[in-house]
Amino acid sequence: MIFDYPTLKLIWWLLVGVLLVGFAIMDGHDMGVGTLLPFVGKDDVERRVVINTVGPHWDGNQVWFITGGGAIFAAWPLVYATAFSGFYWAMLAVLWALFFRPVGFDYRSKIANPTWRNTWDWGLFVGGAVPPLIFGVAFGNLFQGVPFSFADNLMSTYTGSFWALLNPFALLCGVVSTAMITFHGAVYLMHRTEGAIQRRTQVAMLAFGSLLLATFSVAGIWLWQGIDGFAIVSAVDPAALPNPLDKEVIRQPGAWLANYGKYPLTMALPALAYAGTAAAMLLAVNGATLAAFVASSLAIVGVIGTAGVSLFPFIMPSSTDLRASLTVWDSVSSHLTLNIMLWATLIFMPIIIAYTGWAYKVMAGKVTAAYIRENDHAAY
Amino acid sequence: MLSEELVDLSRLQFAITAMYHFLFVPLTIGMTWILVIMESAYVMTGKTIYKDMTRFWGKLFGINFALGVTTGITMEFQFGTNWAYYSHYVGDIFGAPLAIEGLMAFFLESTFIGLFFFGWDRLSRKQHLLVTILMAVGTNLSALWILIANGWMQNPVGAEFSYVTMRMEMVDFWAVLFNPDAQAKFVHTVSAGYVTGAMFVLSISAFYLLRGRNVDFARKSFRIAAAFGFASICSVIVLGDESGYTVGEAQQTKLAAMEAMWETEPAPAGFNIIAIPNEAEMKNDFAIEIPWVMGIIGTRSLDKQIPGIKEIREKNRERILSGQIAVGALEKLRKNPADAETKALFEQHVADLGFGLLLKKYVVDVGTATPEIIEKAVADTIPRVAPLFWTFRLMVAFGFLMLALFGAALWYSVKGNFAEKRWLLHSALWMLPIPWISCELGWFVAEYGRQPWTIYGVLPTHMSVSTLSVGNLYGSLAGFIGFYTLLLVVEMYLMVRFAKQGPGSLGTGRYDNETAHAHA
Repeated sequence: MIFDYPTLKLIWWLLVGVLLVGFAIMDGHDMGVGTLLPFVGKDDVERRVVINTVGPHWDGNQVWFITGGGAIFAAWPLVYATAFSGFYWAMLAVLWALFFRPVGFDYRSKIANPTWRNTWDWGLFVGGAVPPLIFGVAFGNLFQGVPFSFADNLMSTYTGSFWALLNPFALLCGVVSTAMITFHGAVYLMHRTEGAIQRRTQVAMLAFGSLLLATFSVAGIWLWQGIDGFAIVSAVDPAALPNPLDKEVIRQPGAWLANYGKYPLTMALPALAYAGTAAAMLLAVNGATLAAFVASSLAIVGVIGTAGVSLFPFIMPSSTDLRASLTVWDSVSSHLTLNIMLWATLIFMPIIIAYTGWAYKVMAGKVTAAYIRENDHAAY
Repeated sequence: MLSEELVDLSRLQFAITAMYHFLFVPLTIGMTWILVIMESAYVMTGKTIYKDMTRFWGKLFGINFALGVTTGITMEFQFGTNWAYYSHYVGDIFGAPLAIEGLMAFFLESTFIGLFFFGWDRLSRKQHLLVTILMAVGTNLSALWILIANGWMQNPVGAEFSYVTMRMEMVDFWAVLFNPDAQAKFVHTVSAGYVTGAMFVLSISAFYLLRGRNVDFARKSFRIAAAFGFASICSVIVLGDESGYTVGEAQQTKLAAMEAMWETEPAPAGFNIIAIPNEAEMKNDFAIEIPWVMGIIGTRSLDKQIPGIKEIREKNRERILSGQIAVGALEKLRKNPADAETKALFEQHVADLGFGLLLKKYVVDVGTATPEIIEKAVADTIPRVAPLFWTFRLMVAFGFLMLALFGAALWYSVKGNFAEKRWLLHSALWMLPIPWISCELGWFVAEYGRQPWTIYGVLPTHMSVSTLSVGNLYGSLAGFIGFYTLLLVVEMYLMVRFAKQGPGSLGTGRYDNETAHAHA
């Protein structure tokens, strides 16, 4: 079966969203655990307990990130090209922070020296905290427009600097994102641990949950009152062959909230962000940690969904050449490629979810100090 | 116009990070199957030693795998960060296999690698074996999709240029999938990985045997490695010859450069075993030739000619002149898409568009290219001969050297007296680096030989880069070199430490050099 081009463009906006949400839920909880590691684990055995809650799964979960990147390359090549090269140093910082994860997880336990192990613990912290921070900052910059333009042959040039990315609103978005991921990781860690580690993690969970609620609200008000949104004013033909230079765009106060007026149902997304976070906090404190994990996952759907719907149909607006702004209509792949990629996703995604679920089922249960002692040579 | 320094630095960074990544990939690919073989022996015989073998070699595999994953992410980022125009221009085709690789293969490999290490006590024997097999299947499928993407760079089938979207677009997915270049590359590359895995196990087992440690463990490992390695090296050589054949069809330029074949010889052409290529005068100062061989490898016939470099240059000159018209027409068409006459002219020359773009290295407006510039562009179409000629020969020589080693190892394994042949054990130990060097040489031949293109005949390398400043490149290059050096030191330290200690590191109480159980 083949969908028409406008439908596929829309489906791919949703699918990239699904992959980003999947990344944030799956790789996100590993990263949150990494961020919390040096603080909730007081000695080596405790830290090994924390690490081994994600030990068998972090590698599979990281593929959400890799597949998300690949899907953006395949479905939105112009976005992949423009964003990765424009955000050059930010992307390298994410990449280099991620370097610490595979080696941190795998090499840490191989030598018993405390300095060695402590170094990798901070490596895992960097690998857990830096990527969500930078992704948040990147999203914060999307709302303000990014300084890039295209030559006539669609070669993009970025004219900003790395430091310009670190403006107040973007940093706030970075805090929203880091709080969300760390909160989510804390909920997961509470589910998989007990005793002192669980108690310490609960404190962190409540703190980051509250921080998420507060910063998400401030960012929303700021977006409404303080930042001019983007709007397309020329006629849009969703079926047209993609050409990002063939439209007219203006900046308008309040435009980033326009979609909520046009499609009131989308207000469910920010509501879900609040409800999910609050419910997760409540459930986790009352010991229903698995339900809390589902709730914090829904909160992630709410937060990322809110960002996506606010920007729609923009993906990456340009602040220097407004018409060059990349949208879901004009920065996509060909009809055929979108269709093939849709089928590949529809076929493989359920299979991936099934075997990932099985892997979690096999490894289910609390990770304890006794488990670490029994599996001294095999555990991380 | 993009500065040559930017292009060179971008290439250098890609080459360094890709070759570094490829230090870890072949071993991963090969080890997964060796682990499957060892664990199958465990499930079939129930002997604990086979489980210990799977776990110990698995431990070394894990140390290697961690860096494979780490450095693999770099590759996916780098198309976007440093090759932005490439990503835009061919992402419609090139992105799809990368994304499908994630969905179909990398998820499988990475999810089951977790259970491979952590699932021993939670899974039945058969379940665990299934996990190991799925991990191996995932790893090999991953190589398949990456090489489909890479094969398309060498032989861009199933795609057409669109002047509206200003990029290549996929028109036939199956052609991309069953690209003969990709298929030949896949088999050749994974077989090279199998050889690497086999050499790794063979060498380290030989080391234990030379020291007289863990003798039973080492003997069983050596035998498996000898048999698997012999089959794999035969496959590498036979299928390497197969890639020689497909290059012959799709990329005659690479073949001619690799062979230092300046003139088109009457069929079947001879093969230069040794030559001193002279680029300036386009001839070999000295050559030892075996008649017929090249013609047979390259064309699978006795009567088809293989074009020499000079003939290819003449053809390319025609294509550059035609491409010059295509680029001019395209630029007009971008300004006025309704111009039917220009469109007709463009369509007539679009097949040579990539050749026209070669001129962009020297002039912004290709219509103004002087005859001297056109000559320069013609010269650019042939990669430098000497580096290709020698790296290719070194790779082949190493291939045959390994064939001899694995042949001897298998022969004495069958006879059962390999452990007494100290010359064999010493050779196995000293040849440990050979498969890695050969893999890197092979990568060099394939990618350097594709120059001046990123996509052969479609997109020149100098147009593919991101418009970054040279300072950015020096900074990121320094960062990569720093991180990668540090990671390599740590990895090698652990690898050597655990390889030297041997299966005693499992803490089972069954082997020499036991680690005290309370090692945490």
